[in-house]
Amino acid sequence: MPFNLIRDKGREGRRGYTLPGFDVEKIELSTALPEKALRSEKPHLAEVDEPTAIRHYTNLSRQNWGIDTNFYPLGSCTMKHNPRANEQAAATPGFAGLHPHQPEEQTQGALQVMHELQGFLAEISGLPAVSLQPMAGAQGELTSILMIRKFFEDAGDHGRTTVIVPETAHGTNPATASMASFKAVEVGLDEHGCVDVDELRAMVDETTAALMITNPNTCGVFERNIKEISDVLHEAGAFLYMDGANMNANLGRMRAADAGVDVMHFNLHKTFSTPHGGGGPGSGAIACSDALAPFRPDPVVEKRADGFALVRPEKSIGRMAAFHGNFGQILRAWNYIKMHGPELKDVTDMAVLNANYVRAKLGGTYRVPYDELCKHEVLVQPPKGKKALDIAKGLIDHGFHPPTIYFPLVVKEAMLIEPTETESKETLDDFVGAMLELAETEPEELEAAPTHAPTRRLDETRAARQLKARW
Amino acid sequence: MARFTPHTEADLEEMLGAIGVESLDDLFADVSPKHEGELKLPPPLSEHEALADVNELAKRNAAGLPVFVGAGAYDRIIPSAISAIIGRGEFLTSYTPYQPEVSQGHLQVVFEFQSVISELTGLEVSNASVYDGSNAVAEAALMTARLTKRDPKVAVSKGLNPRYREVVETYGVEVVELPFDGGTTDFSEVPEDVSGVFVQSPNFYGIVEDVEAASKAAHGVEALCVAVCDPISLAVLESPGALGADVAVGETQPMGIPLTYGGPYAGYMATKKEFVRQLPGRIAGETIDEEGRLAYVLTLRGREQDIRRAKANSNICTNQALTALSATVYAALLGPEGMSEVAELSASKAHYLADRLQASGIWLRYPDAPFLWEFAVEFDDVEQVNAALLESGIVGGLDLGDGAMLVAVTEKRTKKELDAFVEVVANAL
Repeated sequence: MPFNLIRDKGREGRRGYTLPGFDVEKIELSTALPEKALRSEKPHLAEVDEPTAIRHYTNLSRQNWGIDTNFYPLGSCTMKHNPRANEQAAATPGFAGLHPHQPEEQTQGALQVMHELQGFLAEISGLPAVSLQPMAGAQGELTSILMIRKFFEDAGDHGRTTVIVPETAHGTNPATASMASFKAVEVGLDEHGCVDVDELRAMVDETTAALMITNPNTCGVFERNIKEISDVLHEAGAFLYMDGANMNANLGRMRAADAGVDVMHFNLHKTFSTPHGGGGPGSGAIACSDALAPFRPDPVVEKRADGFALVRPEKSIGRMAAFHGNFGQILRAWNYIKMHGPELKDVTDMAVLNANYVRAKLGGTYRVPYDELCKHEVLVQPPKGKKALDIAKGLIDHGFHPPTIYFPLVVKEAMLIEPTETESKETLDDFVGAMLELAETEPEELEAAPTHAPTRRLDETRAARQLKARW
Repeated sequence: MARFTPHTEADLEEMLGAIGVESLDDLFADVSPKHEGELKLPPPLSEHEALADVNELAKRNAAGLPVFVGAGAYDRIIPSAISAIIGRGEFLTSYTPYQPEVSQGHLQVVFEFQSVISELTGLEVSNASVYDGSNAVAEAALMTARLTKRDPKVAVSKGLNPRYREVVETYGVEVVELPFDGGTTDFSEVPEDVSGVFVQSPNFYGIVEDVEAASKAAHGVEALCVAVCDPISLAVLESPGALGADVAVGETQPMGIPLTYGGPYAGYMATKKEFVRQLPGRIAGETIDEEGRLAYVLTLRGREQDIRRAKANSNICTNQALTALSATVYAALLGPEGMSEVAELSASKAHYLADRLQASGIWLRYPDAPFLWEFAVEFDDVEQVNAALLESGIVGGLDLGDGAMLVAVTEKRTKKELDAFVEVVANAL
C-alpha cells in the first residue's frame, strides 16, 4: 500500500519541533544580507506535528523488510544480524558529540579506537598498513587503485594503463578502474568459475597495473590459484588487489597477505556487522603492503610517545573524504571485533557451513553450476523453464527476502544465496522448503507473485520513461 | 562458538552430515594458502565488558562541551524523534532496495529526501545521497566534465572548503584558483576551458557569495555552475537553482545528523532535469504496480555500476541511506519555518558574538562581508586562545594557521556560552 507523502499530511503553520527562544537580539536577515541573496519563495517542505511525523515514518518502516524482520540471504551483501551493542557504542555521547576538527589532544579516545581497529584489520589480513578513511566498499576499491596509480607515477613508470577484472567481478570493479583512468579489461574463467590462470598469464604485461580479484569470487568459490595469480602479476611488476566484499568467508581461515595480495578493502558493514541502513552508510577500510603504505589516503592514526596522532602518509594520494571516514561505523566494527576476538574464525566457519548446507539441500532440484565446496554463499540456477526473477518474487510470498539475482553475469538466471552465520538451521530448512516448493509451482502462478507483499510487481519502465523523482 | 550464531553441537552434526563432510575443517579443503593457528586478537569480551571499554575511551574525548568549531560540520540541535525512526530495524537492517515490493518504505523515504533537496536547492532532480559533502563536490566536478565533454577542470576560490578541494584533487580533477578578496570570490575572469565553476555559499569563511555572478561566469565560457550550499542556509537564502546554478551539492549533516567525529554524514546532489542522466548514484522514481497502485522504484539504473560497469557515471554503490533518512525526518519535523528559525537563531547569535568580540577590540578578518553564522577572527596566537577556552570548558574555533580562527555559532549555543567565550578570549589577550 502506498502511503501519502509526508508533505500531504501537513497544513501550513504546523510545527513538529520547538526550538529554544531568542536569548539575544534577533537580527533581521534582510538588513544583514544583500536583498537579492534572500529567498523569494519558501521551500515547499512538509509542515507536520511530531506525532504525525513519527506515525508516518513508522508506518513506512513497516513497508520495509530488514534482517530484523525477515531472512535476507542477499548474495555478496552479508546480511548478518546487527548486534545492538554496536548501536549503543555509537550513541555514546563522548563519541557522538565529538567534532572532527577538535584537536588531537581532545580526541584521544576516538583515535585509540581507530588505531586499534587498524591493528585488528592488519592482523586479519596479514597486511601491515591500514586506512579507515574510505566511506564504502566502492570507495575502498577506488582508494586502492588510486594508490597503485600513484605508486607507478612515483616510480616513473608511465606505461601502466590497464586493470584486469574477472568476468565475475562486481560492477564496482570495472567502474572503479575507469574512474581511476585505467582501461578495464576482462579475464575469463576456468571450469571452476575461477580466474583462468593461463589466459591471465597471456594477458599480463608491462601495461598491467593490477588485477582486481574477489576471493571467494562471486560464484561463491575460493580462488584456489590465488598464489599463482599473484606470482604472475608480481613477475610483471603489477599488483594484486582483493575486493573484500566476501571476507566473511576468510576470517581466521585465509589471510590476504599469505596469498600475495598487495592491497584489499574490507566492508565493515558486511563482515563486521555494522548495519546496512537501507543502502549505507558503509565503511570501506583498506589494508596494504609496506610498498603501498606511503600512498594511503590522509589521514591515518599513529601511536606516538605523547599519544595518538592523525598523520598524512608521506606520498599520500590525498583525502578521499572531508574527515576521518565513517567513524560511527568504525566504532561499531571495532566493538564487534572486540566481542569476538579470535572467535571471528567461528563466524566464518558457521557462514560457510550454512551456505554449504543450503547447497546440499537445493542441489538436485536447483542446478548448482559449480557444484563443489562453496564458501559463504552458493550460486544456483532454477530448474529448467523457471526464471530467477519469478522464484525471487515467489520467495517474498513465503516471507523470505530474495537472494541476489542475475549476478554474477556469467551464469544465466543466477541466484546468489548468502545465508550468513547468524541464521539457525530451522530458518535455513524453512527457506529450502520454500525454494523446493517454488521449483514445483506452476509458472503462471509464479509470474503473479508477489501477492502478499506491500505491492505487486512494479512497472520499472514507466518510472524511467515518465521520470518523477520528487513531489 | 561465536556470539551471534545459533548452532548447537546437534545442529552441527546434522548439517555436516547433510553436506557430506566430517568436520568444519573439511569445508576449507579448497582454501590455499590456509591460515593456521589463531588470529592474534584480544580475547573476546562480553557485551557488558566491551561497552565498559567504550565508555572508558569516551571519557578520553572532550565531548559534551560547547563547540565553536564548524568548517563543514555543525553542532546543531537534533530532535529526539530522529533516533527513534532511524533505530527502526526495518530501516536500520535493510539494504539497497533491489526488491522494491518489500522496500517501499525505504524507497518512499528516498523519494521524500530527493524532494526535500529539490525544494531547498530549487533544482528539479536529486539523487539518494553520496558519501559526504566533499564527495558530492568531487562527483559534481566529474559530472561537469561529462556534461561539457571537457577534461575535468574546475575553477574554485579560497571560499571553497579546503577539505572539499583536496578531495576534488584526489579524484584527478584539475583545479584553477579564482581571486578571493575581502571575503568573497571574484568571478569576473574565468578560464575558458574549465568544465565547471564552483561557488560555495555561505563560503568557507561563512560569507554569503554571489551565486548569480558565478552562474553567469560559468555560462559565459559554456561551463556549468556548481553551487555548494549548507542546506540550513537554503531555508533563508535564495535557492541556487533560482540563481542560475546547474548543480547544487553539499553536506546534510546539519540536518539532524550527530557530529560523530566526522561521519557518517550524507552528501546531497541536485541538478536540472536535462542533466539527470549524468547524475551519479541511486535515484528513486514514482511508478505503479500491476494493480495500478502508486509505488516507488530505483530508476534510470543504466547510469550505475552494476548495469553499466566500466562505463558507469560513478563506481558508487552503497551511499548514506540511513543518514539521509535522518535529514528527511529533520526536514519534516522542522518544516520550512523551523529550518528558517534555526538559520535566524544561529545568525543572531553569531552576530551577537561578533559584535561583542569587536567591542572588546578583537578584529574580524572580513568585517564588511555579509555572513550568516560563521566568521574569521584575528588572533596573534590562536593556539593560546583555544587553550584558554578549553581550560574554561569551551571548544574554540578552527585554527586557520595564518593568525585567524574560524568561529561557528549554532542555535545550540546559549547567550551564557557566548558571553563566556568573549570573557575568556578577552582575558587571554
